[in-house]
Amino acid sequence: MSKAEKKLAIWNAQIVTRALVDSFKKLNPITMMKNPVMLVVEVGSVMTTILLIRDMATGAAGIGFALQITLWLWFTVLFANFAEAMAEGRGKAQADNLRKAKTETIARRLLPNGTTEEVPAPKLRRDDVVVVSAGEFIPGDGEIIEGVASVDESAITGESAPVIREAGGDRSAVTGGTRVLSDQIKIRITSNPGETFIDRMITLVEGAERQKTPNEIALNILLAGLTIVFLLAVVTLQPFAIYSSAPQTIFVLVSLLVCLIPTTIGGLLSAIGIAGMDRLIQHNVLAMSGRAVEAAGDVNTLLLDKTGTITLGNRQAAEFIPLHGVDQSELADAAQLSSLADETPEGRSIVVLAKEKYGLRGRELAAHEAHFIPFTAQTRMSGINYNGREIRKGAVDAIERYVSTNGTPAPKEMREVVERIAKSGGTPLVVAENHRPLGIIYLKDIVKGGMKERFDQLRAMGIRTVMITGDNPLTAAAIAREAGVDDFLAEAKPEDKMALIKREQAEGKLVAMTGDGTNDAPALAQADVGVAMNTGTQAAKEAGNMVDLDSNPTKLIEVVEIGKQLLMTRGALTTFSIANDVAKYFAIIPAMFSAAFPVLNALNIMGLATPQSAILSAVIFNALIIIALIPLALTGVKYRPLSAASLLRRNLLVYGLGGVIVPFIGIKLIDVVIVALGLA
Amino acid sequence: MTLNGWLQILVFFALILAVTKPLGAFMARVFNRERTWLDPILRPVERLMYRLTGVDETREMRWTEYALAMLLFSVVSMVVLYLLQRVQTWLPFNPQKLANIEPSSAFNTAASFTTNTNWQSYVPEVTMSYLTQMAGLAYQNFVSAAVGIALAIAFIRGIARRERDTLGNFWVDMTRATLWVLLPFCLVGALLLVSQGVVQNFKPYDTAKLVDPQGQVTEQVIAQGPVASQEAIKMWGTNGGGFFNANSSHPFENPTPLSNLLEMFAIFAISAGLTYTLGKMTGAQKHGWAVFAAMALLFWIGIATAYWAEAKGNPILTGVDQVASATQSGGNMEGKEVRFGIANSALFATITTNASCGAVNSMHDSFTPLGGLVPLANIMLSEVIFGGVGAGLYGILIYVVLAVFIAGLMVGRTPEYLGKKIEAYDVKMAMLNLLIFPLTILVFAAISSVSPDFGTSQLNNAGPHGLSEILYAFSSGTGNNGSAFAGISANTYWYNTTIGIAMLFGRFLMIIPMLALAGNLGRKKTVPPSLGTFPVTTPLFTTLLVSVIIIVGALTFFPALSLGPIVEHLLMQARQTF
Amino acid sequence: MKNLVTAILMTIVTTVLLGLVYPLVVTGIAQVIFPEKANGQLIVKDGQVIGSQLIGQPFSSPGYFRSRPSAAGAAGYDAGASSGSNLGPTNKKLIDRVKADVEKLQAENPGKPIPIDLVTTSASGLDPHISPAAAEFQVPRVAKERGMSEAEVRQLVQAHMQGRQFGFLGETGVNVLELNLALDARSPMKK
Repeated sequence: MSKAEKKLAIWNAQIVTRALVDSFKKLNPITMMKNPVMLVVEVGSVMTTILLIRDMATGAAGIGFALQITLWLWFTVLFANFAEAMAEGRGKAQADNLRKAKTETIARRLLPNGTTEEVPAPKLRRDDVVVVSAGEFIPGDGEIIEGVASVDESAITGESAPVIREAGGDRSAVTGGTRVLSDQIKIRITSNPGETFIDRMITLVEGAERQKTPNEIALNILLAGLTIVFLLAVVTLQPFAIYSSAPQTIFVLVSLLVCLIPTTIGGLLSAIGIAGMDRLIQHNVLAMSGRAVEAAGDVNTLLLDKTGTITLGNRQAAEFIPLHGVDQSELADAAQLSSLADETPEGRSIVVLAKEKYGLRGRELAAHEAHFIPFTAQTRMSGINYNGREIRKGAVDAIERYVSTNGTPAPKEMREVVERIAKSGGTPLVVAENHRPLGIIYLKDIVKGGMKERFDQLRAMGIRTVMITGDNPLTAAAIAREAGVDDFLAEAKPEDKMALIKREQAEGKLVAMTGDGTNDAPALAQADVGVAMNTGTQAAKEAGNMVDLDSNPTKLIEVVEIGKQLLMTRGALTTFSIANDVAKYFAIIPAMFSAAFPVLNALNIMGLATPQSAILSAVIFNALIIIALIPLALTGVKYRPLSAASLLRRNLLVYGLGGVIVPFIGIKLIDVVIVALGLA
Repeated sequence: MTLNGWLQILVFFALILAVTKPLGAFMARVFNRERTWLDPILRPVERLMYRLTGVDETREMRWTEYALAMLLFSVVSMVVLYLLQRVQTWLPFNPQKLANIEPSSAFNTAASFTTNTNWQSYVPEVTMSYLTQMAGLAYQNFVSAAVGIALAIAFIRGIARRERDTLGNFWVDMTRATLWVLLPFCLVGALLLVSQGVVQNFKPYDTAKLVDPQGQVTEQVIAQGPVASQEAIKMWGTNGGGFFNANSSHPFENPTPLSNLLEMFAIFAISAGLTYTLGKMTGAQKHGWAVFAAMALLFWIGIATAYWAEAKGNPILTGVDQVASATQSGGNMEGKEVRFGIANSALFATITTNASCGAVNSMHDSFTPLGGLVPLANIMLSEVIFGGVGAGLYGILIYVVLAVFIAGLMVGRTPEYLGKKIEAYDVKMAMLNLLIFPLTILVFAAISSVSPDFGTSQLNNAGPHGLSEILYAFSSGTGNNGSAFAGISANTYWYNTTIGIAMLFGRFLMIIPMLALAGNLGRKKTVPPSLGTFPVTTPLFTTLLVSVIIIVGALTFFPALSLGPIVEHLLMQARQTF
Repeated sequence: MKNLVTAILMTIVTTVLLGLVYPLVVTGIAQVIFPEKANGQLIVKDGQVIGSQLIGQPFSSPGYFRSRPSAAGAAGYDAGASSGSNLGPTNKKLIDRVKADVEKLQAENPGKPIPIDLVTTSASGLDPHISPAAAEFQVPRVAKERGMSEAEVRQLVQAHMQGRQFGFLGETGVNVLELNLALDARSPMKK
């Protein structure tokens, strides 16, 4: 499926149709048990239905009113079910597409004797090794142990451009259901059938095994508690009414109860949760649990890798700075020579800069003339031996050591230039020839556009950003300043990252980070929100609680926003639901007792026509508001990067005060309409 | 309403505002076990008490043990009070030779005083011996108040502490509350009251020869007793159990406007101070003031309504002058004393029910419907407007937790209160605490209202006002208030038992989830505040808290109230009587 | 278990301290500093207690200023059974009683509305005061019965007016018992 397909319209016809059917299926009381608020409404509806049938049989008066109340009570339940079904429907539609990707594949399993046998993919077990050739589907999740291939992963990412997967390193993981486009690879299977990534994805988007999240559980307790309070208020109202010689019918009492209990949020709660997950999926992020989505909203500290997240992945050579007595072109020449075999983006950018600035064309060097020295962790230099020239480039420390083996220490000037570059956020790369330092290549980090604004927004929400980089502190500080992050961790080793996370957590903070490498795995597991890149290793993907299919580390910020949006939507609708009750009292209480106490009509401030029309209007409003709020539940409250104080003020005004006022208007309008239609 | 009336209310409030900080800071020192100026005298007494009772003052308790110790102490002292009433006739300090008290009334009274309710289904001056009054009732006034303060401190510690299992030592908190907070102030307060004319003696009742004999009646029996010592703790500990039936309207309990001001001040002082203690101990002083502001706002809403309604008087009465003037305070004077007039009566009624005091200087039953709605509603909001000593603070903190939980989500984070995340367990405990209230009040009141034999037969007023009497009785019991729409004859088996149970439920069933919540909060990590933190220190928060209190309370009780005071008010305007 | 022992011991220790020592100490001090006030400010005449300055008494003879109606005890002003009427504002009994009182009082001072405190019961049933308006309402009757001039009676009323404490606390009231005793002293009624 393409990205366009993923953004389903809210009222997609197919989804609506399926949701309509599901709303009736969900009437099953066992299903309803999960939602105590709506269960109470259903029980109330059953009660009124039975009484209605009895009244019809005995031909009692007021059947019209009783019938309408009963119908609207059922609608209330159905509308809530419909909301949930709508939210699930979007996931189900996506799951269907995923299932199509999970076609029956025949795998070629490698036998110990080196031959292969054909087995159906579902028979594969962990640690089996399979061979996949161009054009074949990868039969299960695994790790490439031999070969390199381009893989079409559009089935899960929606991205049609193929990606390169190769044995060893951080790009070795492959996903079942994706297709090899070229070459042949050997894959060690890493998951048993039914536990594959695509299986998990189907389960997730379908919401089949959706666990209630901690906050949802807490909210459910609140709603159940309020329901009991209102149940008490209504049940005991009958004795008080009898004392006052104004006993009520069950229809009226059930109506009052249903109007008071928080049906709006009760009906929409699970839809909000499902829709939150769904929004993540639309951003191509898979959350392994709803808990992670909530945690994302709570994050206090974002750990962002500099490279690829804050800066463009590649540093670029920007300038050659020769040392005193060295000619610029001499430096450029040496730099280019030393980088010819360097296939890293930095290396390529040096060749390009030399070509553009000094007209030095890239040279094809025969292997016998040149000996390339690859970068190693020990020397921390790379270079070339060519025609008796020994050219080295590397970090300043390494080059200093290299230069001093000749007996002459490196000139002070070198250090000065290096530090100047570092301070301005660049990465200095020193070039030396035959133990003589020539000059410095200025590699520049390019900060991605718009990052500063994003960080400002995060800061306004009280989220601290920490940039993680392997650079030295000077360089790190300069980039941190340019990008506008709050803090940075320089010369970071994996264990430093881990220590930082633990330190933040010890202060009670929640930490989010992204990672892809195997050495990121412990930190990903430790972080409260760990987003693993889909291109990353299997270990990283298993350690994190989210996977970004686009492998875009910047998306962490969106993940946080979605988490916040989810929580905000819940809070807004809870507040709205409770605030609604005020108006309902003013509709129903005078209607109930104005026969016994005509003076109570003073409370009928909406001027509702008759007691019946008043009660009916309240019940209808209560049912319709669920439908009216489905879009809000599915799309979420509009997210704004504001401080908690301003968000609270805003949302309290809209959903709190609005929640008090809206039903007064709504109930009055419905009253006018049903009176005009002669329904009450 | 008169300017002078508002001035008196304002002066009262100014006094409370002024005492909040010094008293709150003092209490924070006391419960942090820091040095205070009273230490030279009180530390030796404290150490002696621990030695006598085997308390290790350095030992900390988890919430479960804290609750257990509190329950054991309450049970033991309640049993003692019950027994004392059952045998008082054979004990000293009984000059009037008052008889032993029958079991259901003795149970009701024991429950009543142990729970800091001080509901009185008996007429004290013809029932209770001086010994029972001072060693039984006034004693419970002290310790039930001390328990309340200790519990509030435990709750504050739960909020303030991070990743700790314990909430303090119940015995130490209770003892320090008694010695440092209650006793010194009562000693001074009692003498101030005597200076105004509150009696303090062990004389038998005096008999006066009437100046103008009324037929057969030629004498007036004047009840006496050690009143001032009990009056001081009755107010200071928000107990409210009168030495006499007429409570603080009795000239020997509350002889002058100044004694009246002292008593009202004593009701609010500790509870107001505790809001400052909350701020101090949690390091969020502004939050303490935000809570104070919410309480103050609700107080002003109450007093304005009550004063307005009472000053307007009763429209059904004709031929009378109810207009305030230089020579009379006018208004609805039924059940009110001339020396207090309308303003001080409405103020006292508001304060005594804001707090869970229950002392009265006027008869709430005779208030106008809306004037009477204020005390009733105050109790139904579970007395969190300053509230009972300790109980008011932990009561409003439960609402704070709920307000933070409901609205906190709207800032896009899991709700957190002063850095503590509010999770399922916390909401469960808060809701349990919240549920006990309507459950107890509404169920018992509902049964009483449709039971002519034992329920409605005891009413003094018919029609909606009768329903108000029933609602008030169970609200007062459950809310541990103790004031009454006193027309109801509650000294019956049914009411003694059910109100007794309501008092025990309203105290202990609410305390246990509250302590569980405190224990759970104390174990949590504290998230440091940031711009994204839900603000609990702003006027906006105060508004939110007030709205949650009013909406939750109103939603729960509005249907019942609509058939009581609300409809009665409308009927009174239509001049209908019952 | 240890807590139970502590609970019992704590009950005993605190009962002694708070239930006995504290009230006895307060009594001791009060009896020394405020002996008059601590004992109820009794009014003694010829060795016989005739009332307390703080406790109201019933008066029905027309030559006396009347106190407010009282619900304390069957006959009212029973200082051994203080109580209010506890009648609600819509209670027919209250409305009827006030109506009867109003009619009675209107007969003696026609055309004037009755000050509300004069026809309503107090909270304690022992209210020692009536409002200045209620006293003024009765001045003509008392003056007539006592054979005094209204001005003279008014002057006595003024003398027994207890104003607001510190000028703003509480309400002004007239102490009925003390006023009536002063009336008796000034111009005794023929019995």
